[in-house]
Amino acid sequence: MGSKNFEGGAYDVAIIGAGVCGANIARRLSQYELKVILLDKEADVSFGTSKANSGIVHGGFHHSPKYLKARLEVQGALMFDRLHRELGFPFRRCGIVVAALHEDEMRVVDQLYRQGVENGVIGIEMCSRERMLELEPKLNPDTVGGLYAPAGGIVEPYRFVFSLVESAQRNGVEVRTSFKAERAEREGDLWRIRAEDGASLSARYVVNAAGLFADEVSRAFGAEDYTIRARKGEYYLLDRMTRARPDRVVFPVPTSVSKGMLVVPTVEGTVLIGPTAEMTDDKSDTATTRERLEMILGNARAMIPAISENDVITSFAGQRPVLEEDFHIEPSGKVPAFIHVAGIQSPGLTASPAIGEYVKDLLKEAGLRLVEKPGYDPVLPDRPRMFDIDHYQADALVARDPAYGNIVCRCEKVSEAEIVAAIRAGHTTLDGIKYFTRAQMGRCQGGFCTYKILKILMRETGMSWDRITKRGGGSELLSGRL
Amino acid sequence: MRELSYDAAVIGGGAAGMAAALEIRAAGLSCVVLEREEHLGGILLQCVHNGFGLIEFDEELSGPEFAERMEEKFRASGADAYLGVTVMDVEDPGDRKVLFGYSAEHGILRVSVRAVVLAMGCRERNRGNIRIPGARPAGVYTAGLAQRLVNMEGYLPGKDVVIIGSGDIGLIMARRMSWAGARVHGVVEILPYPSGLTRNIVQCLHDFGIPLYLSHLTSGIFGGDRVESVEIAPIEDGAVRFEKAFRIPCDTVLLSVGLVPENELSKKMGVELNPMTNGPWTDSMMMTNVPGIFAAGNVLHVHDLVDYVAEEARRAGAACARWIRGERPGRELRVKAGPNVRYAAPCRVGPEAPNKLYLRTLIVKNDAVLEVRLDNRVIQSRKKPHVQPSEMISVTLDPKDLADAGPDSTIEIAIL
Ligand SMILES: Cc1cc2nc3c(=O)[nH]c(=O)nc-3n(C[C@H](O)[C@H](O)[C@H](O)COP(=O)(O)OP(=O)(O)OC[C@H]3O[C@@H](n4cnc5c(N)ncnc54)[C@H](O)[C@@H]3O)c2cc1C
Ligand SMILES: Cc1cc2nc3c(=O)[nH]c(=O)nc-3n(C[C@H](O)[C@H](O)[C@H](O)COP(=O)(O)OP(=O)(O)OC[C@H]3O[C@@H](n4cnc5c(N)ncnc54)[C@H](O)[C@@H]3O)c2cc1C
Repeated sequence: MGSKNFEGGAYDVAIIGAGVCGANIARRLSQYELKVILLDKEADVSFGTSKANSGIVHGGFHHSPKYLKARLEVQGALMFDRLHRELGFPFRRCGIVVAALHEDEMRVVDQLYRQGVENGVIGIEMCSRERMLELEPKLNPDTVGGLYAPAGGIVEPYRFVFSLVESAQRNGVEVRTSFKAERAEREGDLWRIRAEDGASLSARYVVNAAGLFADEVSRAFGAEDYTIRARKGEYYLLDRMTRARPDRVVFPVPTSVSKGMLVVPTVEGTVLIGPTAEMTDDKSDTATTRERLEMILGNARAMIPAISENDVITSFAGQRPVLEEDFHIEPSGKVPAFIHVAGIQSPGLTASPAIGEYVKDLLKEAGLRLVEKPGYDPVLPDRPRMFDIDHYQADALVARDPAYGNIVCRCEKVSEAEIVAAIRAGHTTLDGIKYFTRAQMGRCQGGFCTYKILKILMRETGMSWDRITKRGGGSELLSGRL
Repeated sequence: MRELSYDAAVIGGGAAGMAAALEIRAAGLSCVVLEREEHLGGILLQCVHNGFGLIEFDEELSGPEFAERMEEKFRASGADAYLGVTVMDVEDPGDRKVLFGYSAEHGILRVSVRAVVLAMGCRERNRGNIRIPGARPAGVYTAGLAQRLVNMEGYLPGKDVVIIGSGDIGLIMARRMSWAGARVHGVVEILPYPSGLTRNIVQCLHDFGIPLYLSHLTSGIFGGDRVESVEIAPIEDGAVRFEKAFRIPCDTVLLSVGLVPENELSKKMGVELNPMTNGPWTDSMMMTNVPGIFAAGNVLHVHDLVDYVAEEARRAGAACARWIRGERPGRELRVKAGPNVRYAAPCRVGPEAPNKLYLRTLIVKNDAVLEVRLDNRVIQSRKKPHVQPSEMISVTLDPKDLADAGPDSTIEIAIL
């Protein structure tokens, strides 16, 4: 994705890390007359923590108002409606319930309620057992009561990032993937940033939004020395045919370390259960384990008894970048023109639009001049999806482009035209296409469509078979030609 | 939107779809087959090995040869076929049913018919379905996808292979991958006996010296970008011995862990499924609970022989034609899976005509006996030298034996 060379002088801002934070920052900056580049070490954007999480736009009651993250969470959550209108990513305010299964948990619920009120959350409600079961009939009948936050929502996180990045690109931001920032030095007023493969570029300001690896990036710039640790969260994904799909996000009563394991009705109609919370030493370890997965099923069933292992279509895990209790967003005190956006664990996704705003202000305070760009266009053109339209609209679309009539992924109803659009938007790995289109994401998990996507990918990009990968790096799919 | 009108439509142009259409045409009705792929034949096209057609054509053919022969008969029958058309929806406004087929060539086809035969085949169960934990590297394929890549696209998915599940597709792929120059390091099966046909165990594993790990659970898949190993643990006396788990290094995992009838479309139409087969419940006319919707082949229950598929589908097609002409199921007897029988299909039969039933057993046994009982009275008893879950059993009921069946009579089938 993006251009190969960096001609034309220094960038005003280089953002390291194209997760949900980097993407929001990039799009926010694309409103100004600035030369901005968004860098990521992976083959595509959103391949880090931002692709594997619960996808919840939180309700603003989980964290105490003394934290920056609580403020950014509430502020960020409010920004989703407008972003959704402008960018069209899957998002819905389905509401959140917190279900207490024992009387003694109601104390914590009460505390969450007061926290929510203090944070300025609107519409939050303490619920009786009857009210809970009315809000969510699939709940365990032993529920004793709980909390309801009607404004809480769900979002498809990678599609959120993709649309932010695309919007930023349309407004002039450059994106460069497979660029691992490894070393940096000052050259006069500029940072020279060097990649693993020898490529380099220079920028006046650097934003370190490198997620799990923000510590390494900080050290590479000679900035503060800190350590990001990884806390893994494992999930099961259930088929959209499951009978256990709740109408709202269902939370248990949280513990001190995590918000607990949830049942999430995803925007796309499937159901997600999890996550666990387990520290790991290996930041690349996103393996799932038998014990944890069993635990998830048990916990999820305690809240929604209809959940069945027969509905499982896949499992996966993500890692929270853990630094301190709060987000660490501030300019370096050690080196100039370097801003840390580190330790963004939950509710990072929810807060991310507000983080974009906040970082823009920090850059301004640090001397970056912000001049509004006259041609800034916040709206992404509508991209039709066969899944969303009726037969008559589909017929009109196929008349325009026959490739819409060729259904490649039957489980998620994705056409060839949508795959081609993904490839043209720069998503040239199997996973990139999957996250962009949902092809291979349904119940057959690519059993039928993988070879079709391979062929379209080769045709559209001219890549030979041995260069097709699942997600870049050494993840080649094929090992020989017969 | 292009509109078409026929007496009957068949969804899916594999062996079942073609056979059903043949019989509908033979009864003098018009019929269209809607097939998603660019060719008729379905799964047969990727099964390049021999072992098809002994009943339907009286000789041993490869999958593509069987498909070709079937297609000749199909073309000669005068049925229409639309290829590259995926049926996405069936509406049932009353008298006629309306199918919506999506295609690049024709746009959206709106096909109005009086009856429908479901012949969508099945899909493979995948890693998520059997919940193998671990990493998610490249190099994990279902066996059928690998078969497609090797036999039809000409690509080798990997060089050092472990196959999980001893179903027929997995066994055949063990041999196919070996022929293609890959090393197959083992086939892992959770059950104490293989789930594929005995002939495939011999011809695909023994002849190639490929180890078969019976009673082993696959407890993890490991690797970074690409698969690096598979971990398996023995099962002893019903308990998984995780402390005895070991890893087999490999770069590729093929999953052959069962097939599931492809009934998402059927469910959307209100067709009810038998949880034992994941296929529709059908009556003595092979009709589902939705009047005018019939089913045959792998969409009804997973078959291991295409000849049985064709036979069953011919019956469904013929019954569909009779239904269109006004015949309705007469008196029906309920068919019940008795001791050691997983399921029998169809689940209702008429007492008058000869009835053919297909069933699967739950047990592995030599010198078994198949018993058919009418209200606890044995009406048929046959010796079976060997039975196992992977080999489908067929039984034909003689109308004579059903003569004195009462209105509430039940037929029970048992393997003893
Ligand atoms: C299990 C789990 C559940 C969660 N659930 C929720 C939720 O429901 N709601 C919510 O609001 N939040 C949730 N979160 C938190 C949220 O996912 C994160 O806060 C957010 O995704 C962090 O985004 P990021 O951009 O900081 O990091 P990332 O998405 O990890 O982005 C960092 C990027 O930097 C790149 N990078 C790293 N090093 C370099 C380098 N040297 N050079 C170039 N690029 C580099 C990486 O490849 C990566 O793409 C959850 C997190 C987890 C793990
Ligand atoms: C690997 C393997 C090895 C086998 N080996 C043998 C053997 O040695 N001997 C033997 O006799 N039998 C063998 N069989 C079994 C036999 O070949 C199959 O059971 C039989 O071919 C299935 O036929 P079918 O028509 O039911 O399904 P399929 O062949 O799967 O046909 C279903 C068709 O429906 C189409 N379709 C599905 N949904 C839609 C939709 N919505 N719209 C339009 N079209 C749709 C599909 O594209 C497909 O073409 C083997 C099977 C496999 C998988």
